[in-house]
Amino acid sequence: MKSVDVLADGRIARRFAALKAEGRAGLVTFITAGDPDPVVSQAVLNGLPAAGADLIELGMPFTDPMADGPAIQASSLRALKAGMTVRRTLEMVRGFRKQDADTPIILMGYFNPIHAYGVEPFLAAAREAGVDGLIVVDLPPEEDEELCLPAVKAGVSFVRLTTPTTDEARMPAVMRNTSGFVYYVSIAGITGTASASNTAIDAAVARLKRHTDLPVAVGFGIKTPDQAAEVARVADAAVVGSAIVTRLADGLDVSGGVKPGTVEDVLGFVGELAKGVRAARG
Amino acid sequence: MTKLNTYRSGPDERGHFGIFGGRFVAETLMPLILEVEKAYREARADPAFEGEMRQQLKQYVGRPNPLYYAERLTEQLGGAKIYFKREELNHTGAHKINNCIGQILLARRMGKTRIIAETGAGQHGVATATVCALYNMPCVIYMGETDIARQQPNVFRMKLLGAEVRPVTSGSGTLKDAMNEALRDWVTNVSDTFYIIGTAAGPHPYPAMVRDFQSVIGDEVRTQMQELEGRLPDSLVACVGGGSNAIGLFHPFLDDPSVQMIGVEAAGRGIEKGPLDHAASINGGRPGVLHGNRTYLLQDEDGQILEGHSISAGLDYPGIGPEHSWLHDVGRVEYAYATDQEALDAFQLCARTEGIIPALESAHGLAEVIKRAPKLPKDHLMVLCLSGRGDKDIFSVAKHLGVEL
Repeated sequence: MKSVDVLADGRIARRFAALKAEGRAGLVTFITAGDPDPVVSQAVLNGLPAAGADLIELGMPFTDPMADGPAIQASSLRALKAGMTVRRTLEMVRGFRKQDADTPIILMGYFNPIHAYGVEPFLAAAREAGVDGLIVVDLPPEEDEELCLPAVKAGVSFVRLTTPTTDEARMPAVMRNTSGFVYYVSIAGITGTASASNTAIDAAVARLKRHTDLPVAVGFGIKTPDQAAEVARVADAAVVGSAIVTRLADGLDVSGGVKPGTVEDVLGFVGELAKGVRAARG
Repeated sequence: MTKLNTYRSGPDERGHFGIFGGRFVAETLMPLILEVEKAYREARADPAFEGEMRQQLKQYVGRPNPLYYAERLTEQLGGAKIYFKREELNHTGAHKINNCIGQILLARRMGKTRIIAETGAGQHGVATATVCALYNMPCVIYMGETDIARQQPNVFRMKLLGAEVRPVTSGSGTLKDAMNEALRDWVTNVSDTFYIIGTAAGPHPYPAMVRDFQSVIGDEVRTQMQELEGRLPDSLVACVGGGSNAIGLFHPFLDDPSVQMIGVEAAGRGIEKGPLDHAASINGGRPGVLHGNRTYLLQDEDGQILEGHSISAGLDYPGIGPEHSWLHDVGRVEYAYATDQEALDAFQLCARTEGIIPALESAHGLAEVIKRAPKLPKDHLMVLCLSGRGDKDIFSVAKHLGVEL
């Protein structure tokens, strides 16, 4: 049996329905909340929809991001150094929602900061702030009782990661309880390193589509507008993270200060990615 | 204290010891974790696996090592009769090799061709490099650059043994960062690589597997004490970082109610100074999720992991094995602590009274023995796990004593 969205009336489902109507794939952009500081980060976040982001993944910084490569590790540490917390991450979402009621926001991170906040209070606060979904890297389906099931109950999507190592036998368990969309991690590895071949991605998306009616987003290793366009041919969305975070890091001076024009440069890069994604099926 | 019929039945099939343990890993690793679990279960049921392990522990590691009556120390402290379980006499000088033998045999059985490991002080790295040389397997050891700087002799040992030592610069460059980097390697090289975790922590089945491989310590103590004294010991003392030597000593005795057990955490500059000054996860932390399991962790209000401190590089990890967290919560094991200074004092006392230079880790356990033994009757049998030898520590001890080598 194919899995379906248990939260079919949310912002995520509406956005993917709209993309389908437009006949194109979406661009999912990742930034780390509070990187390099809360003010600049809020400016980037607020500018993402106009630059062409269809969905936003907002990273919750953590001291020990085991599945992330050097770019996102560094961005997490910058954010933590600037005083970022779970509470402030939710405040950023609240700030964003004052100007944008439609663009889905998915918080992405690791379980311990949520665990420390308390699962129920966190879910209530996240929903109230306008969070639509969660991606928590270190919670496989074996640990669904921890956060996935309470999240779905609270009306927050739990977006599951599938990987090249997720075999057929395991697929139904991975798809069960997942909602919003399915995130395909296109390489066995960490963020911002190698890129998968187009043929491998084509085959993987086709395989996932046999198991789910949910939209499939593909990420890990997408660095350029051309790569994003290639993925957008076959997937419902392309996810870009490390490349955006690196662009932001390039706009910092040696002391970690933000050079003039950095926010515009990052949003300009997002615009190029969006152009690639939008032209992919043209 | 909660009374249970048995304290030895854990973990459950999902890897839980009460609320602790579990499998908090990325999806990429999950199929592999399940494969390790299955392979381990099959290996345990195979007499050939057990037989090869026993053979190597005997011929290569030198087991059984003695349960030694520390007569001069006993006289000096004037109370309990003190025995040392001499793990420091194992090949490579610590208990770590017991686990490495077991895990590399499992890796071979699974057809894996490459080994990775993390190390803090370098003891587990040396033990892993040793078994990789023995079985001719390529070996990459992740080690924080801070630890590399303070453990040069062990870095050189690993290289002599043919291992590649990769410095880890992320975070503060210590054990937890080395473990992060090893996990990143594993996620990238899932098909051919086996990760030999050095302590009884990490995702299920590692905490149970490492405990089982280390339980040879407690099993031998049980037999040896019967031979020497004709009865069970009254108390067991071991230092706890991740806690593999402690769980190996304790586990075979958990269902013997007369046997008291004390794990000793590293209190660094003092627990009262706050979590940046010690490495006592149970005494100064709270439950959280890191490196694949739920356990007591040093963390701030926001759930960010804190860097512990201890004079002993083998104890300054911000977590502890999940079974210890459970044994603490149900009250079966008591978790005490010793400061840097107490460990240094115990280190010197042991050298002078017994002619044994203990590892600084083991000296934390000894510090607790020194506190307790004088108040106990002379027929109280107390066993300290002397988990490692202290040659690796002489430079840092000299520095603390103001001696230039």
